[in-house]
Amino acid sequence: MTKYLLLKHYRGAPASFNDVPMDKWTPEEVSDHMQYMQDFATRLEGTGEFVDGQALSPEGTFVRYDGEGRPPVTDGPFAETKDLIAGWMVIDVETYERALELAGELSAAPGAGGKPIHEWLELRPFLTAPPTITE
Amino acid sequence: MDEALLRALTPTVIGILVRRGADFAAAEDAVQDALVEAVRVWPDDPPRNPQGWLVTVAWRKFLDAARADASRRHREVRVDSEPVPGPGEAVDDTLQLYFLCAHPSLTPASAVALTLRAVGGLTTRQIAQAYLVPEATMAQRISRAKRTVSDVRFNQPGDVATVLRVLYLVFNEGYSGDVDLAGEAIRLARRLAAMTRHEEVSGLLALMLLHHARRPARTGPDGRLVTLAEQDRGLWNTRLIAEGVDVLQTALTRDRLGEFQAQAAIAALHGDARTVEETDWVQIVEWYDELVRLTHSPVARLNRAVAVGEADGPRAGLAALAGLDPALPRHTAVAAYLHERDGDPVTAARLYAEAARSASSLPERDHLTRQAARLNTQLRS
Repeated sequence: MTKYLLLKHYRGAPASFNDVPMDKWTPEEVSDHMQYMQDFATRLEGTGEFVDGQALSPEGTFVRYDGEGRPPVTDGPFAETKDLIAGWMVIDVETYERALELAGELSAAPGAGGKPIHEWLELRPFLTAPPTITE
Repeated sequence: MDEALLRALTPTVIGILVRRGADFAAAEDAVQDALVEAVRVWPDDPPRNPQGWLVTVAWRKFLDAARADASRRHREVRVDSEPVPGPGEAVDDTLQLYFLCAHPSLTPASAVALTLRAVGGLTTRQIAQAYLVPEATMAQRISRAKRTVSDVRFNQPGDVATVLRVLYLVFNEGYSGDVDLAGEAIRLARRLAAMTRHEEVSGLLALMLLHHARRPARTGPDGRLVTLAEQDRGLWNTRLIAEGVDVLQTALTRDRLGEFQAQAAIAALHGDARTVEETDWVQIVEWYDELVRLTHSPVARLNRAVAVGEADGPRAGLAALAGLDPALPRHTAVAAYLHERDGDPVTAARLYAEAARSASSLPERDHLTRQAARLNTQLRS
């Protein structure tokens, strides 16, 4: 089993196919979208492939050590990746193909008009500890 | 296995050990060890006197640890000089324990963790689950907290206000795992109220009971936020509301108003209304005036603006909002609501969408997004 991180982005990824801001959807479309993601997570819990998922606030700050006795630096300029990550889900699956399949499915969450939003998700495998026994 | 009994006995047993000469940190450790043993032994061999059993086992654990400790000599001298243990006034000890665990030298997070363990009798694992942090992290937090208060003398009177703040923090925490922290905060406040006649203890207890009574109606089956106006009032727990009102009224007769009593009075007026329309907004505004006078809290002023909007119309609400800092949490959401009621859906939709972006919880963000979506849908048709 390998763990994969599915990253949802605020911006930065290419625009999704069905690219309508969420507040322009109908309340039912918003609910359906939430429900889809919830059902997806519940189903993966059932198959034993769900690890964790969290949403992130759009707020973010860069921080850097600025020397002994000085407050940390938080000023830019930076590539604003706080724009990027909206939330994540960790799955634990048998194969890369299964991870691709699930990411594709999550990206098909319905949006405006009840049609899939075709959102770009980033899929990244976790690094793991080296095996104690190598054959 | 009566876990509730174990939790109820925990603070008393710690208090007895401390009175016998154990320092607080060692006593707390010893009682945790005794609790673990109780969980193992009691199901097959229940004791006739659970408290006596716990005291005996915890004292033995304490002595084992003390003997093994480098400071053995020091502790044993102190134990020897202590008076012979007796039944004593266990209630006072427990009250001291509340003060110690909420000591001002502790950070709020540490005070909460220590209170839940030493006064609440929860295990480190249960507390870690409730706060969604690894057990090792929570164990460290508790050890650090115990080191911080290790020099605090156990017989000094404490500050009830800091204890109440800690209980309120516990109450306001969401819950996961197998312990309902809101219920736990109510249990601890009930015990505290039984030990002291402080009117704000009653005020906080009433406030928590009244809020807790509405919890079943506050979220939909899918975790969605349901606003007060839209809640199914048939789901409210009328027994808890009646108890809350009762506790509050007794406190108010002592004529020493504080912020928790004022907040409870507002919650009681909501709880009393069988329909939204029945809500006595005029009286609610008066209580918010009291609350603002008592606390000068910007959040109280913000909530007051909402109440003014209901009592005197949205224009009055917007006027009350005008003098407040727009950076206040939920300021934008309140402005959106008042603009919608004032017949300006375009501004309201824009503000709801803006409020959603800065929401601090997911259910709140989803709720505000739906509000914006609802207005934008109306505007299109």
